Amino acid sequence: MNSIIKIENLIFEYTKENTDEGIRAINDVSLNIERGSFTAILGKNGSGKSTLAKNLNSLLVPTSGVIYVNGFDTADDEHIWDVRQSAGMVFQNPDNQLVSAVVEDDIAFGPENLGIDPAEIRKRVDKALEDVNMGKFRDKPPHLLSGGQKQRIAIAGVVAMKPECIIFDEPTAMLDPKGRSEIMSIIKELHDEGITVVLITHFMEEAACAERVIVMHEGKIILDGKPQEVFSHEKELRAVNLDVPLTIELATKLREEGVDVPRNIIEMEEMVEYLCQYK
Amino acid sequence: MLRDITLGQYYPGKSCIHGLDARIKIIATLMFIVELFIVDNFIGFLIAAIALGLVIAVSKVPVGYIIRGLKPIMVILIFTFALNMFMVDGRILWQWGFLKITAEGLEIAVFMAIRLILLLMGSSMLTLCTRPIALTDGIERLLSPFEKVGLPAHDIAMMMTIALRFIPTLLEEADKIMKAQQARGADFESGNLMQRAKSLIPILVPLFVSSFRIAQELAMAMEARCYRGGKNRTRMNEMKLRKRDYIAIVFLIAFLAIIIVESRLL
Amino acid sequence: MSIQVKNLKHIYEKGMPTESIALENISFSVEDGEFLGIIGHTGSGKSTLLQHLNGLLKPSEGTIVIGGIDITADGVSMVEIRKKIGLVFQYPEYQLFEETVAKDVAFGPKNLGLSEEEIEERVKEAIELVGLDYENIKDRSPFELSGGQKRRVAIAGVVAMRPEVLILDEPTAGLDPKAHKDVLDMVEEVHAKTGNITILVSHNMADIARLSDKVLVIDNGHLVTMGTPKEVFSHRDELSEVGLDLPPITNLTEMLRTRGMDIEETILTVDEAAKQIAQYLKSKGNN
Repeated sequence: MNSIIKIENLIFEYTKENTDEGIRAINDVSLNIERGSFTAILGKNGSGKSTLAKNLNSLLVPTSGVIYVNGFDTADDEHIWDVRQSAGMVFQNPDNQLVSAVVEDDIAFGPENLGIDPAEIRKRVDKALEDVNMGKFRDKPPHLLSGGQKQRIAIAGVVAMKPECIIFDEPTAMLDPKGRSEIMSIIKELHDEGITVVLITHFMEEAACAERVIVMHEGKIILDGKPQEVFSHEKELRAVNLDVPLTIELATKLREEGVDVPRNIIEMEEMVEYLCQYK
Repeated sequence: MLRDITLGQYYPGKSCIHGLDARIKIIATLMFIVELFIVDNFIGFLIAAIALGLVIAVSKVPVGYIIRGLKPIMVILIFTFALNMFMVDGRILWQWGFLKITAEGLEIAVFMAIRLILLLMGSSMLTLCTRPIALTDGIERLLSPFEKVGLPAHDIAMMMTIALRFIPTLLEEADKIMKAQQARGADFESGNLMQRAKSLIPILVPLFVSSFRIAQELAMAMEARCYRGGKNRTRMNEMKLRKRDYIAIVFLIAFLAIIIVESRLL
Repeated sequence: MSIQVKNLKHIYEKGMPTESIALENISFSVEDGEFLGIIGHTGSGKSTLLQHLNGLLKPSEGTIVIGGIDITADGVSMVEIRKKIGLVFQYPEYQLFEETVAKDVAFGPKNLGLSEEEIEERVKEAIELVGLDYENIKDRSPFELSGGQKRRVAIAGVVAMRPEVLILDEPTAGLDPKAHKDVLDMVEEVHAKTGNITILVSHNMADIARLSDKVLVIDNGHLVTMGTPKEVFSHRDELSEVGLDLPPITNLTEMLRTRGMDIEETILTVDEAAKQIAQYLKSKGNN
């Protein structure tokens, strides 16, 4: 199997402030992520999903266990830059990840750090701006952009580094519905272009776009599979304080009313289709 | 509103002032500032003002925009003006109790005010017409000879880049926090100096906490984007002196000569 | 207690070249004990409107009468206005500043000039109203709490002022599903217990549909429509013109209706939808 990310028995602990008490944020997680796939990691705050994301980018290193990104050990100082270039990262707060006061200079920041030739940087920046549909804003200062637009610039900044994989750490949590749908459609496009996508989120509708959904709770993986499979475990999801997609909720309620609806319908259109055949 | 402050902001444009090498613009600004302090009469200021006026006209930055940038320092301006006007001894023009205005005082007050205004307008032209990145790159390059004696030129430049980027963000944040505390009944406008200073705590603490959070998140984002200091870093926009930069140098020398001649001869 | 807004207009930077109209021709009223939902895009003028209701902004034209007092009139005491109207901003946890939770919640009541005993009583009441354990949390630093707890403390800071009108600007932004639900349940409970007017701004149409007695739609500084959730969400095309969606369940049932399923128009809850669909299918003799 061609995995871009291999996690073997990952344990991550941090010490609580002002004490020696160790807190285990990730508790023995093993996971492979295939090249070119689209994986969503779901979980409520404190489930360990963001800690996991930071481990994939060498921003944190395992307390025990190993992570290989594109074949490089994330704990190996020699290859830390290879890891970060292979797996780019987009964070939650669109404001606090842009470095420069001009949009296109910000996108150039990553490639400049990689020591890439100026002419090539220019090409990549132009392409990245186009990818996120922000060409018009290249000269603007970020503080005049909307949240969604800022987040698109942050994505362009990572895309310009030509990573094979991008980890999105709750990229839409602070955006309005319009911003959210913009970001989701860019993520889908990037995946279509062959980039491996790992999306950390707590929005069910977003996770439903993925090919694979992993649910984390208290530092462990509790569910892992295709969206249909994972979302059919309504009880388990609710037990860990997650929602289920609307269609699943409706299906459950319909069954209570005595209407037999299959458990694997996630898309609204599918549900409409299914119900209308009895019309 | 706080976000209207234009001091230190970049005004996008395509003029030849915008196109000059940042290093030239930094040196020119420094020279302009030094000259303002050499000048000891109003004709010298007039020459400096004309030169600045020409630069502004060529740059196509709206004058109103530049003047708006002066607003936040209005208080300082008025304060120094009043201080000079009332405090200098000499021929008395007007007196009321212990307050008196002297001819000499008035002259010095006007003189200093013009100097301060030209100084601020001149230096804000630098940031208005230079992309922040180019500006910090320019500073880095100008300082790089001093790296041998241990001056962290790149780090200084990076700090400035980040400061320029986050000034508007933090001002916005301050504005939000102020409104939120006002909604909780906070009063920033009345009371004596001590009470007013105390009333700032509900703004300053959250602002400090926010800055700290921003710094942490930004540092992480920068690391994730492979930032590792100035070593082996390249630049999208390389710095090269072009023909117009050499022309600008000629203008600069001419300006310097005029000012020196003027202050010696007149 | 009621609110009457008449012909409200607000111009930003009047007389400057950057002058822009943020609100125009806004008129509506809210009756005692009502729950008002406000929906509209980011930048539609919602936040500007809220700040008017709290006296933080003065209208360029028009009047706002709250409980019989015109708060736009000159010489109205701001303290009096803020006693009546509490405003919780977006991400309110960013305004916390005191060493302890109790002190932070006391900030508002203190500014109202209340007595020590009264303040303590209100702080206790507010912290409990937002669903936190007073004894357990009062002496802790607000900065060491979880995101959801911080937000509740911040809301308690406004609730402790016992406003007759409580305004919340996207109180659930950035929260996970559990914290989202907790905060909304809390808002509902405060509304039920105090009988105040509650004004909720949200992008979440399902929440708005579930909680509001009345919904106000704002776009580009103008009032698009106003009515009960059922009325407002029956204007599907009008809403979509200003870029707003229906609640997801309404969207689904409307799709079923377009496909010819004979169920009620504008269904707002999943329970109702399930009932209607089941009834329809049974009447057709299926299942």
